[in-house]
Amino acid sequence: MSCVIRFDRVTKSFVHHAGRMLLRERLRHLFHRAPAEPFYALSDVSFRVEAGESLGLIGGNGAGKSTILNLATGLVQPDSGTIEVRGRVAALLELGAGFHPDLTGAENVRINAALMGLHRREAMEKFEEIVDFSGIRESIHEPLRTYSSGMVMRLAFAVAVATEPDILLVDEVLGVGDEAFYQKCLERIREFQKAGKTVLLASHNALLIRNFCHSALWMDQGRVVASGKSAEVMDAYQESVIAAS
Amino acid sequence: MESFQRSWKGDYLFLFENLILKDFRIRYRNMSLGVLWSLINPLVMMSVMTFVFRRVIGGDDASHTPYPLFVLTGLVPFNFFTGAFISGTTSIIDNAGLIKRVPVPREVVPVTSVLSNCVHLTIQIALLLVLGAIWGVRPGLNWLWLPVIWALYVAFVCGLALGASAINVFVRDTRYVVESFNLVLFWVVPIFYSFNIIPEKYREIYRFNPVAALVMAMRNILIEGIPPAFSLVRNLAIAALVTVAAGWFIFGRLKSRFYEHI
Repeated sequence: MSCVIRFDRVTKSFVHHAGRMLLRERLRHLFHRAPAEPFYALSDVSFRVEAGESLGLIGGNGAGKSTILNLATGLVQPDSGTIEVRGRVAALLELGAGFHPDLTGAENVRINAALMGLHRREAMEKFEEIVDFSGIRESIHEPLRTYSSGMVMRLAFAVAVATEPDILLVDEVLGVGDEAFYQKCLERIREFQKAGKTVLLASHNALLIRNFCHSALWMDQGRVVASGKSAEVMDAYQESVIAAS
Repeated sequence: MESFQRSWKGDYLFLFENLILKDFRIRYRNMSLGVLWSLINPLVMMSVMTFVFRRVIGGDDASHTPYPLFVLTGLVPFNFFTGAFISGTTSIIDNAGLIKRVPVPREVVPVTSVLSNCVHLTIQIALLLVLGAIWGVRPGLNWLWLPVIWALYVAFVCGLALGASAINVFVRDTRYVVESFNLVLFWVVPIFYSFNIIPEKYREIYRFNPVAALVMAMRNILIEGIPPAFSLVRNLAIAALVTVAAGWFIFGRLKSRFYEHI
């Protein structure tokens, strides 16, 4: 087995910058160097995911799940530690990046596909597949602003899965859309797993992670609480949630 | 560190094409006159300035050349510069959604924003050539210099946009500085007056102003029908090289912290 995602002692902090973006604040800051209090989104986190494995990330708000996904995507850089990611990544974090309401569904699909890293030929070949999967063929040449939010979601998901990633990063976006489409998305993630692809799934939903992931990482306030077999970690997590309530 | 944004291995050409087309469509889809707006603005400015500087104030020594054409050769490069510089400066902030969601190389954003302005520019250069033909300017081999000087000029603006867009993330006043700079620039580029009336002691400064250099090179080619002066092309090349190197450096130093600051 080869390892495709490796986090080694990764720490990431954010400093709150609210209201410090103007020249006035910048100048004042030069003279009164008030040390800003950093917020540690991740402290000393290590884990690895083998090829074909699915890892679930669980924890409450502010646990650091999204930070892990953002780091794995390459959107942010860690303060310290190393991150290795091998293969093409598709992130279902916030779908529809670059979507514009005045452009048609078809135009948005092309732009989004280019942003997700599809090459021209791939984008041409996959266009029909994307439209089919989204199930909104009849309005594909209408401007996006005429779509319902569910329709936009379908389109965005359809493009993301069409990129044929080696690694799929999933945040809790699947909560949106109707039940039938939700099931279709889950089915698609299953297919990925069967094809030997790697999945990193962040969720509040312990049941979802039990069903989908071999192993799990329980996060709390930027630290790893427990890691191991999905069933065991979920048992411990759910016990602690019940105990806390 | 080198691992940052390693995950994007897409098709740059396809990406640029799509992003430029996106800007173009968004800008024109909600206008009933569409592309005509790109022509109306310079034509109106050209007419007003011709009226003011020929009829109201009286002419300078450029009286042998058709004044509207003369003014337009100054306006087109100036308009491109101000438009592209401003939209380039605010591009990272304007595209916060992309920066926060897609690991696409960040340099793409300001460069796209400058290149999107090239769509207007092409239309306006076409207008310039058509008006030139009407006033009897004949195409010649010298026109082969046009793509050369414009490529250098666009690279120069890309360099400025890279640097300014990165700084604008950290100091949001940058865009106002750029706007004021553009206002001043209008007067120090020979748009409505000719280079010949500039006193000798100031001429070197003008030659080193890349916007002025391009305007003068355009006039060499389109009005005088001669190749652009070597010193102008050289200065444009130096300006392009310096701003691209500096812009790339500044952008590279700051880009990893964009996410946290927008």
